[in-house]
Amino acid sequence: MSDTHSFAHSLRALFPPDRFLTNDAALATFESDALTVFRIKPIGVVIPETQDEVVQTVKLCHQFGVPFVARGSGTSLSGGSLPIHDGIVIALNRLNHVLRLDLEQRVAVVEPGVINLNITKAAAVAGLIYAPDPSSQTICTIGGNVAFNSGGAHCLKYGMTSNHVLGLKVVLPDGEVCQLGSDSLESIDADYAGLFVGSEGLFGIALEITVRLIPKPEVYRTMLCAYRTMEAAGDAVSNIIASGILPGALEIMDNLSIQAAEAAVHAGYPLDAVGLLLVELEGERDQVEAEHARLMQVIEASEPYFVKEARNDDERMKIWKGRKSAFSAVGRLSPDYIVQDGVVPRSRLGEALREIGLLGQRYGMRVANVFHAGDGNLHPLILFDGKQPGALEKAEELASDIIEMCIRFGGSITGEHGVGVEKRAHLPKMFGESDMNAMHHLRRTIDPDELANRGKMLPVGEAPALSHVGPHPLERAGIISRE
Amino acid sequence: MEVFRQFAVPTAYVRECQGGRLKPPFHMNTLLIQKLQPTTLADVQHAVRDSERLHVRGAGTKTGLHAASSVATTLDVSALRGVIDYQPQEFVIAAFAGTPVAEIETLLAQQGQYLPFDPLLSGRGATLGGMVATNANGSGRFRFGGVRDFIIGANFVDGAGTLIHGGGKVVKNAAGFDYPKLMVGSFGRLGVLVELVFKVFPKPDEYTTVRITKPNIAEATAAMLKLMGAPLDLEALDILCGANGVRPVVEIRVGGIASSLPQRIARIQQMAGEGEVLSGEAEREHWQQVREFGWAGDVLIGDGLIGDGPITKIPLTPEKMAGLDALLANSNIARRYCVGGNVAYVASAFANAQWPGLLLLGDASLEMPSTRGDHALAQRVKFALDPQGKFV
Repeated sequence: MSDTHSFAHSLRALFPPDRFLTNDAALATFESDALTVFRIKPIGVVIPETQDEVVQTVKLCHQFGVPFVARGSGTSLSGGSLPIHDGIVIALNRLNHVLRLDLEQRVAVVEPGVINLNITKAAAVAGLIYAPDPSSQTICTIGGNVAFNSGGAHCLKYGMTSNHVLGLKVVLPDGEVCQLGSDSLESIDADYAGLFVGSEGLFGIALEITVRLIPKPEVYRTMLCAYRTMEAAGDAVSNIIASGILPGALEIMDNLSIQAAEAAVHAGYPLDAVGLLLVELEGERDQVEAEHARLMQVIEASEPYFVKEARNDDERMKIWKGRKSAFSAVGRLSPDYIVQDGVVPRSRLGEALREIGLLGQRYGMRVANVFHAGDGNLHPLILFDGKQPGALEKAEELASDIIEMCIRFGGSITGEHGVGVEKRAHLPKMFGESDMNAMHHLRRTIDPDELANRGKMLPVGEAPALSHVGPHPLERAGIISRE
Repeated sequence: MEVFRQFAVPTAYVRECQGGRLKPPFHMNTLLIQKLQPTTLADVQHAVRDSERLHVRGAGTKTGLHAASSVATTLDVSALRGVIDYQPQEFVIAAFAGTPVAEIETLLAQQGQYLPFDPLLSGRGATLGGMVATNANGSGRFRFGGVRDFIIGANFVDGAGTLIHGGGKVVKNAAGFDYPKLMVGSFGRLGVLVELVFKVFPKPDEYTTVRITKPNIAEATAAMLKLMGAPLDLEALDILCGANGVRPVVEIRVGGIASSLPQRIARIQQMAGEGEVLSGEAEREHWQQVREFGWAGDVLIGDGLIGDGPITKIPLTPEKMAGLDALLANSNIARRYCVGGNVAYVASAFANAQWPGLLLLGDASLEMPSTRGDHALAQRVKFALDPQGKFV
């Protein structure tokens, strides 16, 4: 019996047929994630229901030298859960139990397949929330958030996923299980949980995740301010920051995005704005009231031609709905698009947007911009028609130029989507050769055979070919969106 | 690079020798202690390459962590200091690891900014590198998080003498392995921190503190939990328990725009009790002394109130406070529970296998239960970064 057969045989002993998928039709769903330009068919997909099944699967992979990819809902925008040739996918969606919800101590222990928003839903009874809120939070899983250190619109004040993970039970790529961190916010050891979060699956799979919960902000004040130029919107952000106010969110949209979002959800955005600023204050009632008075002075001084404040929760949700659906809305303006998430220093946002505009002109392509202005996290959407020969490659080239601009400006190639498959060629441009060697060395010390999520973040072997396939079925159905 | 040689009788050796477990390498009064003080990154790399065993230290303010040793050369990075880059509008500051925390705080304060976690012992000269390596969070950690939440970049020299860059200089970044977080609480065992980058935040205009005395720890804990569950933005939430059965005091600090503070304080008092209200200079001074463990002793040194007794740090969860507190109260030890019951600072060299703790201040030769994770990931990370086990 060949190794492949023995491996499959061992998996069959572990999983019933409906939880070990090998036929083409069943595998098709797993061929790609939200980065649909890459597609690879795995040799099989296992669907464990217990942590032990995950550990046994990883042990078998180690024994037979078979690479594996852990996958949640497949919403990665960087190709983070793209399968590996000759490898298997471990689909973790059924490990979706909230194991412990301790509302008094403000922690929850959850399995990796739990949907991000479900943690907040479970904690809502005590007025608590799980803060990180990626746009895909209604569908993305916490395991994927951990692997890619996901962000969202409220990172400036509350940080990313890693700032909310206190402890992890993980299975290393050889099947060894370890407990990292604890229930406590404090520690007297190196922060191994902090290292694991954002390691893009290269150090193994999280089996249990201990997250901290925080009280839901008592009040929100959400404002829209419209400007005649992007520079004016950008200056308003700088002035808000300089005033000592720390808003929960600071977002900017350009005209193309405004038009698209308004057409899609009627959020009440002014259609003629060149730059639209969304500011949200949140927190304790009396403090927010005082901040609001100060904020309005700053905003007035920035001379917007239109200001609107949400008067109630419904209006607030509408404003956010426009913002969160902007990506898929812009997507409707064009058959295809690519989205990037590079970061530039906040003070260079204006410069970066000008350069993106010029690049768009040079390539003859439309680029829409929606971004987390508070932390300089850009989200340029490059629109193209994949049916035109060479259009995808040209869009990729433009995307690549934008990433290189971010590096040149002293920023980062990714703020929240991760490196994945998509940006791994750019990582060595951000880090030097010895840094790349060090990362490879650390990875190989933990996983000598590079079985865990091989080919993500760190370049190995040949890059998969791009292919034009259009949006993910879930995206077409409006269930997921790219942010 | 400065090279210092010093003759000393480390207490650890005296004890080991008296116990008959060790033969003194020299006559005890001629024990040679070597200290290197690099002034450049290249110096640090040379020192690492040329040494067999290294013990890294900054200003050495956490006395409990620095036992004198004749087998390891001390690598004192306190001369590697200075701000590299500060962009107030970016909320980012980069500095060499030996830079005193106090120097950074002064610079930030001039721009109305701060590191919100009240780094410990800055009044005694603690360095940024030491703050990261020892994860030295104070009470302010309650509001926005601790060292791990504000460090965004860390460059360090590994056991092979290679300079490794981790993280970046922007507040949001998901590229590459998160070495900066790994270094938090690494105690110099994974590499020598040389350059560090932090996110900083706007500092509240004003602060007010309420101190509410409770009859016992159970009631103090209940008040703490009640406040933690409410949608209040508190800067700090501590419980101080003095020795000699002094009644516990819940300390609540709020910060923000001055006009909002009276209502916010009134609300807290309504929930948790009247108490004593501190504001202005007295309030500021109170929390400055908490950072220096002034509450733990009553020794006056110069113009600052600084306790010089031992201090042990014990990570906790609120539910475990009662158990630990019973032990400490019995032993008549003063203690402060910080960050909503997530850590206890104990005014004693408290060695108890059930309550793993770290001796921050005190006699470094004391034997404490091991607090280091010995799991497979820790071993592999150590092996990757320091295969020869140079860093001790």
